[in-house]
Amino acid sequence: MEMRDFDSPAKNTWCPGCNNFGILAAVKQVLAELVNSGEARPEEIVILSGVGCHGKISDYIRVNSFYCLHGRTVPPAMGIKVANQRLKIIAFSGDGDAYAEGISHVVHAARRNLNMTLVVHDNEVFALTTSQVTPTTKRGFRTKSAPKGSFEAPLNPLHLMLSCGATFVARGFSGDPRHLRSILMEAVRHRGFSFIDVIQECVTFNPIKEKYLPKIYDLNKEGHDVTNFSAAWERASEVERIPIGIFYRVERETYEKQLLGERILAEEKPIPSIKKALQEFI
Amino acid sequence: MQEVSLLIGGQAGDGMMRAAELIGRIFNRLGLYAFVINDYGSLIRGGHNFCKIRAADRQIWHHRESVELIAAVNQDTIARHQKELTGDGRVLYDEGAAKYEGPHEPLPIPLTTMVQEVGGISIMKNSAMIGAIASLYGVPLSVVEEVINRAYGEKAAKNIELVKRGYEFAAKNFKPILKVEPVKRDPTPLISGAESLALGAVKAGMKLYITYPMTPSTAILNYLGPAQDELGILLIHPENEIAVANMALGAAYAGVRTMVGTAGGGFALMQEAFSMAGQAEIPVVFVVGQRVAPAVGAPTYTAQADLKFLLNAGHGEFPRIAVAPGDPEEAFVKTGEAMNLAWKYQSPAIVLVDKHLLESYMSIGIDENKVAVEPPEFAMGQEEYRRYRFTASGVSPLAFPGQKGAVVKVTSYEHDEYGYAEETADGIQKMQEKRLRKLSSIILDLKGRETVKIHGDPAAENLVVAWGSTKGAILEAMSLVNRPLKFLQIIYLSPFPEWEVSRHLSKARDVLLVEGNLTGQLGSLITEQTGFRIKKAVLKNDGRPFDPVSLAEKIKEAFGWK
Repeated sequence: MEMRDFDSPAKNTWCPGCNNFGILAAVKQVLAELVNSGEARPEEIVILSGVGCHGKISDYIRVNSFYCLHGRTVPPAMGIKVANQRLKIIAFSGDGDAYAEGISHVVHAARRNLNMTLVVHDNEVFALTTSQVTPTTKRGFRTKSAPKGSFEAPLNPLHLMLSCGATFVARGFSGDPRHLRSILMEAVRHRGFSFIDVIQECVTFNPIKEKYLPKIYDLNKEGHDVTNFSAAWERASEVERIPIGIFYRVERETYEKQLLGERILAEEKPIPSIKKALQEFI
Repeated sequence: MQEVSLLIGGQAGDGMMRAAELIGRIFNRLGLYAFVINDYGSLIRGGHNFCKIRAADRQIWHHRESVELIAAVNQDTIARHQKELTGDGRVLYDEGAAKYEGPHEPLPIPLTTMVQEVGGISIMKNSAMIGAIASLYGVPLSVVEEVINRAYGEKAAKNIELVKRGYEFAAKNFKPILKVEPVKRDPTPLISGAESLALGAVKAGMKLYITYPMTPSTAILNYLGPAQDELGILLIHPENEIAVANMALGAAYAGVRTMVGTAGGGFALMQEAFSMAGQAEIPVVFVVGQRVAPAVGAPTYTAQADLKFLLNAGHGEFPRIAVAPGDPEEAFVKTGEAMNLAWKYQSPAIVLVDKHLLESYMSIGIDENKVAVEPPEFAMGQEEYRRYRFTASGVSPLAFPGQKGAVVKVTSYEHDEYGYAEETADGIQKMQEKRLRKLSSIILDLKGRETVKIHGDPAAENLVVAWGSTKGAILEAMSLVNRPLKFLQIIYLSPFPEWEVSRHLSKARDVLLVEGNLTGQLGSLITEQTGFRIKKAVLKNDGRPFDPVSLAEKIKEAFGWK
């Protein structure tokens, strides 16, 4: 399969120059590679997305999709995985979606090590609603909901995920789609909860690319040990230079294996009779 | 005519609820029909718990307020319930924990000492109490032992010993109340609404139950948790109700029949997902157990005040199925039906129950053949799959992710036939109409099912109208009224069976509404749906089910029969 086999008939309404285009292309490449390598059949891939600019990705890829309520990308993903663990789950979320409205679900999915990938389009702003603060908005950033500049301490998503027990924690940069594609491929191949926070420019409301670009470096090229939790934590604390790449990757039993073993709930027939169960009440 | 009515009480943690259930099982085992209700506060240890057990040689639907025996493991129980004793009532009590000197006949028994003698723990007092109660009613010891052995399995030995001691002590020291005669009949389960509705869902193909603990629906969790392997299902308890409902949407999208359970407050949190089930046409069954509201209310007490909330829940317009069973047998059948209808019409379904139905036990026949999986329409053929294909019935054939060649796109946004977002005026209107066409299809289907039940004298001109668990108290009250009386029990609340309700209302001369709320919610639904206005009502919202005896008086009063 090729990227274009995943093209959808939906008209794309992202802003001209939107960084989501780069993410979309990376995703389609990864999907094609998954199919071509025999790791997944096209009908066994399900993507999910929340509400916000990022969410439209469900419409822009011709593949099974679940276009969720705001903040709720993770619970349906868990429902789908429990129903049929053969399905490959990739969920997309925004920083408002994942860290404001739906943060509780993200925390628990990481803790459970549900085998899925969560990609957060983190542009540090509510964009589709025309510029308000999110939990990752930097201090001093002016928006309609913080006209004097945000005074709240921003959340560090990598620290959050590390402390919640995510087994794959990475950061991408929408300004480097090739790198993003490679960590996305690794994330999708990871057995467990894989998380990528994508630093993303919003060309309309938060044009940060020029500011961030000189600071960005690939930590996996600097001898970072991805199995070392403390090292991952240290790297995730850096602000002068901004590391991208895989911070942390370990193996741990997944949620669905512990819950289901090899069962595929969607293919199981109901028990033919409840006679025995009723007998217990007599 | 044999009739037994007793109360057993103590603190939370004294095992009163378990004891009451077992006493109910003992009578059920003898062929009597039993009814067991529990009453407890929102705490784990201390406070006051009591249960009433009624049994008779005919089908009964409810307990009675008055009892001929109080069995107390503490002083508090006697003080609180003395007034509920009949004239010749007796008080059986643990002399190590309480005192009683009359006016009713005192039956002191050394439960505390008995437990110490066998080296048991305090909660085992209830086994000795069960033994004493069985003796007072002339129940053969072997029947009691059988029930206790089944309940406690390997851990039964000490309890059996205490049952014997209680039994023998009572036989030696007390005059029996009566000798219960075994009744020969086909055995029926003694089952709660929670248990039977869970089994109905299983029989209709439920494979996944997702829930967050909340009284009274926790009773379903407590049954399905330990029983899940035997029933071939899975139970999940995620982080909150919002996760529960959204997870259910995901599982159903992937082809698994899924039910969620909650109470009114939990459902309030699920509403957005409920609306999405309507929009995305994902079948999920929501069991909502009513308790006293608003807000946290009185968590462990019953109510019928969430009807209008449920029928209007979720933003936007979409078909919903809402059914309110009135007893465990109906809970079995109608929950199964709700699951089938949800899947046939790809719409959310609500099973509206309450604490009284979910947690009370009742001897009632359950025919498992009344529920089977009714398959929905699946997509076949070679053409490109359209999840929301326009059809005359409004129902688009189903496919699930994993099906070769199908791209299955569901969405919370308004959408076109393929599931891509749609914002044109024409596109929006067409899809809204498509979803609402399903309503006519559901109504057509419901016309072939039991949407209401008529009890009593079908020709009577005096009509009582009610829904849900008040059924039991009304049936019992009717037997006390002794006048021609008809009872219209409304089982389906959405789509509303106006074709049935209008017919019965137009034939009635005098109509009385009975509801566990103070605003007459069913009454106003009837007015909205049929134009009839019911002027007389017996309403209350005090957390307690209706007492048949006082309800009978109120019915007589309302119809001018006093």
